[in-house]
Amino acid sequence: MTDAKDQGRSARFINIGERTNVTGSARFKKLIMADDYTTAVEVARQQVENGAQVIDVNMDEGLLDAVHAMTTFLKLIAAEPDIARVPVMIDSSKWEVIEAGLKCVSGKPIVNSISMKEGEEPFLEQARKCMAYGAAVVVMAFDEVGQADTKERKVEICKRAYDLLVGIGFPPEDIIFDPNIFAVATGIEDHDRYGLDFIEAVREIKEQCPHAKTSGGLSNLSFSFRGNETVRRAMHSVFLYHAIPAGLDMAIVNAGQLDVYDQIELRLREACEDVILMRRNDATERLIELAESYKGKSKEDDKQAAEWRGWPVEKRLEHALVKGIDAHIVDDTEEARAAIEAREGRPIEVIEGPLMDGMNVVGDLFGSGKMFLPQVVKSARVMKKAVAHLIPFIEAEKDLLPEAERASKGTIIMATVKGDVHDIGKNIVGVVLQCNGYDVVDLGVMVPWPDILKAANDNKADMIGLSGLITPSLDEMVTVAEEMQRADMTMPLLIGGATTSKVHTALKIDPSYEGPVIHVLDASRAVGVASKLLSDTQRDDFVSDTAGEYTKVRDARAGKTPSQLLTLTEARANFYDAYLSDKPAPPAQPGIHVFDDWSLEDLRDYIDWTPFFRSWELHGNYPAILTDNVVGESARSLKEDADAMLDQIVAEEWLTARGVAGFWPCARDHQCRDDVIIHRVRREENVRLPFLRQQIKKSRDRANMCLADFIDPDGDWIGGFAVGIHGIEAHSARFQADKDDYSDILLKALADRFAEAFAERLHQHTRTELWGYAPGEQLTNEALIKEEYRGIRPAPGYPACPDHSLKPILFDLLDAEKNVGLTLTESFAMYPTAAVSGFYFGHPESQYFGVARIGRDQLEAYADRRGVDVATAERWLRPNLD
Amino acid sequence: MTAKTNSREKLQDAAKERVLIFDGAFGTQIQERKLTEDDYAGTLGLNADQKGNNDILALTRPDVIRDITRSYLDAGSDVISTNTFSANRISQADYAAEDQVAAINIASGKIARQLADEYEAKDGKPRFVAGAIGPTNKTLSLSPDVEDPGFREIDFDELTAVYKEQAAALIEGGCDFILIETVFDTLNAKAGVMAVKQLEDELGRDIPIMMSMTLTDLSGRNLSGHTVEAFWYAIRHAKPVTVGLNCSFGADQLRPHVQALSAIADTLIMAYPNAGLPNELGEYDEMPDTTAGLVKQWADKAQVNILGGCCGSSPAHIKAIADAVEGLPPRKVPEPETAMRLAGLESFVVAD
Repeated sequence: MTDAKDQGRSARFINIGERTNVTGSARFKKLIMADDYTTAVEVARQQVENGAQVIDVNMDEGLLDAVHAMTTFLKLIAAEPDIARVPVMIDSSKWEVIEAGLKCVSGKPIVNSISMKEGEEPFLEQARKCMAYGAAVVVMAFDEVGQADTKERKVEICKRAYDLLVGIGFPPEDIIFDPNIFAVATGIEDHDRYGLDFIEAVREIKEQCPHAKTSGGLSNLSFSFRGNETVRRAMHSVFLYHAIPAGLDMAIVNAGQLDVYDQIELRLREACEDVILMRRNDATERLIELAESYKGKSKEDDKQAAEWRGWPVEKRLEHALVKGIDAHIVDDTEEARAAIEAREGRPIEVIEGPLMDGMNVVGDLFGSGKMFLPQVVKSARVMKKAVAHLIPFIEAEKDLLPEAERASKGTIIMATVKGDVHDIGKNIVGVVLQCNGYDVVDLGVMVPWPDILKAANDNKADMIGLSGLITPSLDEMVTVAEEMQRADMTMPLLIGGATTSKVHTALKIDPSYEGPVIHVLDASRAVGVASKLLSDTQRDDFVSDTAGEYTKVRDARAGKTPSQLLTLTEARANFYDAYLSDKPAPPAQPGIHVFDDWSLEDLRDYIDWTPFFRSWELHGNYPAILTDNVVGESARSLKEDADAMLDQIVAEEWLTARGVAGFWPCARDHQCRDDVIIHRVRREENVRLPFLRQQIKKSRDRANMCLADFIDPDGDWIGGFAVGIHGIEAHSARFQADKDDYSDILLKALADRFAEAFAERLHQHTRTELWGYAPGEQLTNEALIKEEYRGIRPAPGYPACPDHSLKPILFDLLDAEKNVGLTLTESFAMYPTAAVSGFYFGHPESQYFGVARIGRDQLEAYADRRGVDVATAERWLRPNLD
Repeated sequence: MTAKTNSREKLQDAAKERVLIFDGAFGTQIQERKLTEDDYAGTLGLNADQKGNNDILALTRPDVIRDITRSYLDAGSDVISTNTFSANRISQADYAAEDQVAAINIASGKIARQLADEYEAKDGKPRFVAGAIGPTNKTLSLSPDVEDPGFREIDFDELTAVYKEQAAALIEGGCDFILIETVFDTLNAKAGVMAVKQLEDELGRDIPIMMSMTLTDLSGRNLSGHTVEAFWYAIRHAKPVTVGLNCSFGADQLRPHVQALSAIADTLIMAYPNAGLPNELGEYDEMPDTTAGLVKQWADKAQVNILGGCCGSSPAHIKAIADAVEGLPPRKVPEPETAMRLAGLESFVVAD
């Protein structure tokens, strides 16, 4: 129990959470259908943590035993004080489900709902039972004739029900009327008044039925705009804006489907108001028309769209490729194929002819910097779909075809190395190579070197491309190179990925392998590198030029005197002298806090877009990048696609943001001032967190920093967190099956952004609530991105805390595997890949820095403090050793 | 002799005049009498040892129960309870005495009724009989198996039937009220309310409920996790003639929670705490004057309508309490504003 005292909660308008409603949440339905009550309970918890004042539980699904599901779920949440603290709304159209639920709920719940549908007697019988169980009740405006649609019927039925209920002694304050929210803007004239009728009926009912309350299910209202979340959110917000002053007390609503009224774009807001309040006759038409623009489609596009469809098929294919439009590609490809067949040509000619012509245009535009990666990947998607259509025809005549005529420019093995799970960059390079005519054999992620070598031999590959994101992958790449050497291979080895560099390749990988080793800076270089390596004329020059460059890098490195290092003892003496009295107060809520389903809608606002564009090789800061002269158009188009996918991710609950934060009492070790000792109160054990200290000799009076410097040896607090975005696999598989690399890469990039956004949001939640040392903090997203706040959240593997191997300790403290579903590979990469973890330091002077190079003395001391041999520590700290 | 059909109003009227006095513990009084196995067993010929089955004494040694009840009436009790805390089918099963449930409750009711009427006739002061129903040792809200939080040992309908059997017998024995006491699980209490409602329907008359919660932690929650406020909103539909707190801990620790309940409950407040906290030997050694001094503070602030004692209290405690509060004005029942008052483990009020 987090808080034993009754908070005496009260409210004027109530949002009733609908996430534990199988008819309102696809995810919840899936969990219940799969009997996964453990996760379903977490949905309820998250909902309460996110502020739901009442939770609606509904198990009305044809394939479910609703009585069983309702009672099981209610009993389970009764055992969770964090959930059970709020009242329950037992929601079913079946009385037996409601009554079974009433027998499991210990507080005072709300029954949703009963009505006079079957006549007065059954209605009153159910009302009496609600009284005997001690429940408030939602009464639907429904009578023997049917559901009330007009204002008059709504008021009449509710008043009649009210009089009957009060007549049997039902407390009027425990009656909630639901006068039926119906869909508006359906195009049927009779429906135009539905919104206004509801609002006016609410006002009238409240007047005629003293103490009674009103409620409604909001999502019906915008039913005509399914799939257009922007418009739905605006409609809901506008509706509440007018219904609440009329007396609406509560609504069942997905809080994520609401916007702040004032922040809705004016023309959309007015169009919604016109519809809901029936302010003009053409309100529906106008909103429908306006809604189109929020789908990312306008009339002008439609016009142009219509135009190109009239062009000859070759031009249409080219246009589709250049613009990345896949809507008609199969039809057009088939048309081209049929035409070629008619003149007795071969299906391959479609590829060699119009499709390759189109791709050449794309390649030229890309090569000349007039087109950017997102568009290229989109074009590749179109190409893949066209080729997929042709493959059965090509296979059919394959027997007739000599092997030599298989038109591939070359075969490339691609893999993310063992211990690493990141593949966005690798996938992008793969797509770019494929759409330039190379066969790519993608081995996926976490690929051990024997598999890479075997695939290269089996496929008679022309080269191998290795990818990796985290620093330990650099070592693994060296291993692959050494093994290739041992196997006497000679094919070129391409190196790419965020942490790779020309310097590292030159110093570490190139000397390990006698064949050509090439560092590929980004995807746009991949085709050039591959084509040179496979060109009879250019290959030798290119290989020797590159080798020469790497030799120069090595020579420069050898000749350079490395920066001077202090001894560890000297460095420690030059510690950062934080004013420890300023340390933050102990956390408001110590211990472990688990968040099983943080609202993606909420996180969306915390996304830092600049790195997103960078992952697509569009360089520049957001939002300036959108209006950039060169990449602006491409960035805008990418952002539109990202927003559309975000809408879907949020509305259809593709992903689940799970996170954990924990706070522990700790102290800097008196013996070793670089270590923080965490005291785990419950387990009565201490956990040592050794941090690394800067050893490079500093100029003037700058300190040799270590994270432990921000911790008071006489008692302090430290925090930790881990967040992960779950659920991309199914969608990724769907995209891959659909040959849609563009969407696949987009999804992965967005998942990464969500993870970062969640880390930012959770840090904010920590500062303002959980730890609570900055309760009044008010920062914009820009300010958050610029880290204009107090306290830091350094992550293992990043400059201030470069050792990835602290992650297992952190994960253990947080029980991250259980609480967030995150696992670590042997190289300490996190899976799912869209994940962030780190420590929280709350001291106002705490700051980020880079540990950079350290000496042997620190390495040996560190090995000792971690309880491992020096060789192991050397492997962990290699990037900092030279 | 039958219960007064207007017991509810009669109690409310009496409570307007002064702070009324409830009785004290039966258990410790019975213990002091050092009864033998044979005393308990009597001539019922049950298959199990009855020693410790205090409730069955109504059948086998009615004189003992009568004697204790009389001692409370002598000490000044206006409301006396039946010695039937465990006289339900679940608890009696431990003594293979399930078949005696109706007989025990009827007999206990009759003993109390007879004495109440006798004392009322003697001095004209109204006396009341509360038929006591304990919580049983089963809980509807919690799983006894930590590995399986969805499991329950008993369901709502079963427990309702158990309570109904006992309540029907108590009413038959002549009780004015059904006292659902020592509520550690709010859902159990709701089943008790359901049982009484069903009985009311069958008998076609009002059966006033007295409802008393017990707290298991000092922050003010019962075992099922409900705060005092949430508990009140969860059972308010029972329209209890009294609501309050009993057992829990001593009066000192109970003070803030009595105050909280007193402020919101629009019915009479009855509080009967233990005589302090048990000592190292598990005995209650708080002196009568001490207990009386503590509960008097509530009466001084007009927070209570009926005061009594629970575990460890004796006729001497009740006498001390009665003397201490004599002449103090009773609490006035507040009239809270109309509002929808819901509850999970905590209260939630929707303003009107």
